[in-house]
Amino acid sequence: MASPRISARDEEQPLEEKPSPAVFGSCPLPIFDHPQIVLGHGSGGKLTADLIDHIFLPAFRNPILDKLDDQAVLTIGGARLAFTTDSFVVTPIFFPGGDIGRLAVHGTVNDLAMSGARPLYLSAAFILEEGLAVDDLRRVVESMRAAAAEAGVEFVTGDTKVVNRGKGDQVFITTTGIGVIENGVHISADRARPGDQIILSGFIGDHGMAIMSQREGLEFEGAIASDCASLHGLVANMLATSTADGVDFIHCLRDPTRGGAATTLNEIAKRAGVGMLLREQSIPVRESVKGACEVLGLDPLYVANEGKLVAVVAPEMAHAVLAQMHQHPLGQDAVIVGEVIAEHPGMVLMKTAIGGTRVLDVMFGEQLPRIC
Amino acid sequence: MKYLDEYRDGDVAKKIVGEMRRIQTRPWILMEVCGGQTHSIVKHGIDHLLPEGVELVHGPGCPVCVTPLEMIDKAHAIAQQRDVIFCSFGDMLRVPGSDGDLFTIKSRGGDVRVVYSPLDCLKIARANPAKQVVFFAIGFETTAPANAMLAWRAREEQIENVSLLVSHVLVPPALEAILSSPDNRVQGFLGPGHVCAVMGYREYDPISARYHVPIVVTGFEPIDILHGTLMTLQQLEQGRAVVENQYSRVLGPDGNVPAQNLVRRVFVVGDRKWRGIGTIPMSGFHLRDEFAQHDAEKLFDVAEIATLEPEICISGEILRGIKKPHDCPAFGTLCTPQRPLGATMVSAEGACAAYYAYGRHLKPESLHQIAAQAPANGVAAHG
Amino acid sequence: MCLAIPGKVIETFDQRGMRMAKVQFGGIVREACLEYVPETQVGEYVLVHVGFALSRIDEAEAERTYQALRELDQLTELESPVVEEIGPGGTRQ
Repeated sequence: MASPRISARDEEQPLEEKPSPAVFGSCPLPIFDHPQIVLGHGSGGKLTADLIDHIFLPAFRNPILDKLDDQAVLTIGGARLAFTTDSFVVTPIFFPGGDIGRLAVHGTVNDLAMSGARPLYLSAAFILEEGLAVDDLRRVVESMRAAAAEAGVEFVTGDTKVVNRGKGDQVFITTTGIGVIENGVHISADRARPGDQIILSGFIGDHGMAIMSQREGLEFEGAIASDCASLHGLVANMLATSTADGVDFIHCLRDPTRGGAATTLNEIAKRAGVGMLLREQSIPVRESVKGACEVLGLDPLYVANEGKLVAVVAPEMAHAVLAQMHQHPLGQDAVIVGEVIAEHPGMVLMKTAIGGTRVLDVMFGEQLPRIC
Repeated sequence: MKYLDEYRDGDVAKKIVGEMRRIQTRPWILMEVCGGQTHSIVKHGIDHLLPEGVELVHGPGCPVCVTPLEMIDKAHAIAQQRDVIFCSFGDMLRVPGSDGDLFTIKSRGGDVRVVYSPLDCLKIARANPAKQVVFFAIGFETTAPANAMLAWRAREEQIENVSLLVSHVLVPPALEAILSSPDNRVQGFLGPGHVCAVMGYREYDPISARYHVPIVVTGFEPIDILHGTLMTLQQLEQGRAVVENQYSRVLGPDGNVPAQNLVRRVFVVGDRKWRGIGTIPMSGFHLRDEFAQHDAEKLFDVAEIATLEPEICISGEILRGIKKPHDCPAFGTLCTPQRPLGATMVSAEGACAAYYAYGRHLKPESLHQIAAQAPANGVAAHG
Repeated sequence: MCLAIPGKVIETFDQRGMRMAKVQFGGIVREACLEYVPETQVGEYVLVHVGFALSRIDEAEAERTYQALRELDQLTELESPVVEEIGPGGTRQ
């Protein structure tokens, strides 16, 4: 087998072949592609992307899927529809600020909202573990009812299955959603352009740290609650920013869920072939989230959010859009955190508080508490 | 947050760097010993703020990186046993052994748990009397008091089903190994602030004297690191070579005596293998014989495991500050955090991994240029 | 190796004979073991590593050192009080 050529510019090509023994001696360290699924594959970072690139895309490839936005935009009859699905497996199922049911509604509504769609209908499929308390199920379902009412969507179809005790973590929920996109609205990750301003809708890291606060051994006291909420109202406000030229100034929208804001921005940067430069001092983090992250050695930029969005907006409209966001309860703390640049396409840089520069890479697997 | 925020102040940073420029007359090579300091340097982009000619190289201060492959394999062998609950700090979970990492073991059904504090293992052991709780006790001297307390309490409270797999390493012998090497280029050291919070810094006086190198015990926040660098530079420019303390708000020359006392009662100093470097005599802690019933290396059948280190990667030279990650032909291509070939890439604190995550393959100059062009306060005038 | 964070002690208590504290880190509170700094009082700041307080932070020393850094650009060419003020030692009580 030929030795792979080593080149400093080859960083984007993951090497498929193992290096030959002639080059590397008797190296006992495996260059492994995990033969089994590990937790990191579900964390939204590089391992997840690997799975998509190597397993799912090759099998299912088509022009709609290849866009790899959080939702598919379909043209049926004369209408443009947004269509998306998401599974919810969070543990614990009840946490400060929400529960798995609330998450299942807002998570899918948000995926629709990120295309600028008006969310309309959801389906819900439940996988229940034998032994789950019916009262707990009732609580989750009531939560879904309330969240759907808040979001103005309806559950129109569903399914239920039960698996043996030990084969499911109390309850798994999959929701699928459909919404309609107005004419003139074209929001997609590949539309970011140099000069565009990057807006964060509010404080980052709340949801992930609320979950972390419940994990065995890592518990802490402090009022960190999940920010779980539906964002389509905020998006509608943003789209309604008055402009002479129509609504084409919002280029990208993403909700930074697993993998956090850093991962989401990297995805946009790579899809659009642009670079980004953020300012650390602009990025809003609550004191409590900051404290928890410092103690555990985590970075808020990589912690999941469930009620926030990242917007990439044409520069001449950025301040007007921001003003619109400030009018909405979910956008009161919105702030411009950086801009899109032409240099270093696919890479997200950040000017640090101390005046240095740092590269924000995609998260690899799960972010783990560290001691070093 | 008090004692954190003010140590990330850009204006104070500028003043310190200004003073460095004022006094510097020639190039110098400094080493920061601790992995946490490396992490802070690359995370905050500190090395890009330093004047030309002040070079920081990264030392072997990453206990995760220097844990020998053999010890990882022992950990895996124990973790995959049916009645074991294997507890570890998060840092160790992704370190590959000869066959996958602890996540792999978990995916095959091993009960592997992340803990924040070693004391959590006592709770887990009490809650699971039928299981063997094993804790991967790695670290430098900083973590020794915590790990010692686990062993001590296990014995005091007679919790029989908890044991430690110990792979502790010590800093002073590592410094000696670096300084005594004929390839050594390091002229001054930022000493490990939290290690010294435990041990004090008197044991560095003979090293500083013997090799005539300044050693400035330094903290971890950006201002601490810049300040420690300035103090080291001052000594070098003045031709002095003594031990000084930048981190005076946290520690004094004697360190934490009660912590040292318990560490000494639980651990004894012995030889240790360092990944990428080899065996350094009297460079690690081992559990004393009276704690044998809590020593996982004795309780489990792992004595036969002896793995050879790979020859290829230059981790050893990076750990000793002789080379930088960019000097390695495999950096970022064949060797990445997903497929690490050596010690310095395996852990998020290793120099190679830190460079990869924060500095990637960019040469420092181009990062400087981008930062220099960015408007200081936000949105540039557009349209 | 060394992620240790400063936090404020807001309560002390005993747990199975071990001296413990509730420590506040910017808005969240976690327990830490005080066995290695048993004389710590409520209101003081400690440095915490993996659930153990390893040292008490000397507020006066912190202020003194930081102030000297703030004044760096006020030095003239001839003076170098920086060397004496931030000198070796920093003895603690």
